[in-house]
Amino acid sequence: MIDVEKVTKYYGSFRAVDDLNFSIKKGEIVGLLGPNGAGKTTTMRMVTGFLTPSSGSVRIDGTELTDDPKSIKRRIGYLPESAPMYGDMITEDYLRYVAAVKGADRAKVAETSIVCGLAEVMHKNIAELSRGYRQRVGLAHALLHDPDILILDEPTSGLDPNQITEVRNLIKEIGRTKTVVISTHILSEVEMICGRVIIVSKGKIVADSPTSELRGRYGQRSQIRLQAGGCGMEELKKAVRSLPGITACEAVEGEAGLASVLLSLGTDEELRPSVFSLVKEKGWVLYEMALQRNSLEDVFRSLTVGGNE
Amino acid sequence: MSAQDSAARPDRGPRSAWTVIFGRELSAYFSSPIAYIVTGLFLVFSGFFFFSVFFLVNRAELRGFFSLLPILFSFFIPALTMRLFAEEKRIGTLETLFTLPVSGFDATMGKFLAALSFSLIMLLPTLAYALTAAVLGDLDPGPAIGGYLGAILLAAGYSAVGIYASAITKNQIVAFFIAFSICAFLTLVDKFLIILPAPIVDTLEFFSAGYHFDSVSRGIIDSRDLLYFASLTALFLWMTVAAVDDRREA
Repeated sequence: MIDVEKVTKYYGSFRAVDDLNFSIKKGEIVGLLGPNGAGKTTTMRMVTGFLTPSSGSVRIDGTELTDDPKSIKRRIGYLPESAPMYGDMITEDYLRYVAAVKGADRAKVAETSIVCGLAEVMHKNIAELSRGYRQRVGLAHALLHDPDILILDEPTSGLDPNQITEVRNLIKEIGRTKTVVISTHILSEVEMICGRVIIVSKGKIVADSPTSELRGRYGQRSQIRLQAGGCGMEELKKAVRSLPGITACEAVEGEAGLASVLLSLGTDEELRPSVFSLVKEKGWVLYEMALQRNSLEDVFRSLTVGGNE
Repeated sequence: MSAQDSAARPDRGPRSAWTVIFGRELSAYFSSPIAYIVTGLFLVFSGFFFFSVFFLVNRAELRGFFSLLPILFSFFIPALTMRLFAEEKRIGTLETLFTLPVSGFDATMGKFLAALSFSLIMLLPTLAYALTAAVLGDLDPGPAIGGYLGAILLAAGYSAVGIYASAITKNQIVAFFIAFSICAFLTLVDKFLIILPAPIVDTLEFFSAGYHFDSVSRGIIDSRDLLYFASLTALFLWMTVAAVDDRREA
């Protein structure tokens, strides 16, 4: 549905987006993830036609964006970062204005405002709304004409935790019938909402995979956290290092009187039984043993920070 | 944009984008304090010039008012147009606007017609001067009608200049001064031509909005004057569309 091919964008001599290639199928919910300044907003602006790429092509259903911008824009609902809107208008007038520009039915205004929880602020000036309400008006703006494609730039930024949950549920709900691209730098959000994640760093794609496979594909191997009693720290370290498959063992903070270590595993084999046997054999007491998966944060960090070095 | 008008206007299919933008921009003028201040000041100045000349010369004509209208418009029309694109760029709504199904032409025409309409609304109370002159004396309708026709043409030309200035900067004040400079130049260029030799004067005179306005406001409608204002307006609107359609930088 959305095809981005060899897209590069320069601002002066600064290359904000560098040879981007991806395509998004109908019905996917894709998270565009990256640190600030990675090129997420620039990418979205090019997909929505606000910016023209310096080179490369953006196609929606095979039609080049520049060939028929009006009818393509009619199919896209876009929430720009920080939801800029006319502060001098009241919410209802603003949504009516947007509906008229989009050629949407007037009944949609009332319908969408209910979906987005705007009933209380329909007669308030947009300039007077709180961050959360503004964001929801922005969401209503994007949803008004029931577009097939939704592009949301940081839809949950500036919201309080309750509002974040509401907006996420809303996006999930909408995502059942539409193609959605959201940008964010919140990892848990991607995990909760998106079926697929594209990680960008310094204008390049560094990872593109189904969210569920991200850890397996890009994560390092797991670690085991171990706490034992009845032994000294050095004693424990030495014993554990002798086990095959353990590449490193470092002391970590733990409960007083216990030796706590974090074991890095050099293999995908299950090593917990051999660790347990070792502790038992030595006559120590096992207080805690936990397999720790790499968190998405670790994956993200290794891809976006480590990749630059 | 009210509840009544939705009832009064049953769905007649989608309106063109430019008419929607025109409606929004025009109502934005009515909710903007600057527009009221500009209108008020314009009426104070134009009224002062009209009445001072009117009673001094003691003739039933609007010459005092119309002779100063071009320079008043050079100042007041840019004050009305400076906001149009510059403010949208500054607060970021240009992005929301141009990711809607709106072309640069739609946005430019909608905003231009709103600015032109508001300048004509600003001009409307000055009909009281014509009325005063007609009541107190024997007003010659030719120059009065010509003057108002010229004022409409001039307002269109200067609004186009103003909207162009607003499209090339995100700072309203900068937009104002660019537009004011261009309009003042167009108004006054023929007045400075005395020092130049005659053939050059004839060419340069053609570029002066003041010169064409004077000729229309004498009540003589010449196609060259109409052509001048039509070209001035079209040229600056075309440049505006080109400027806002340039999507390479944002």
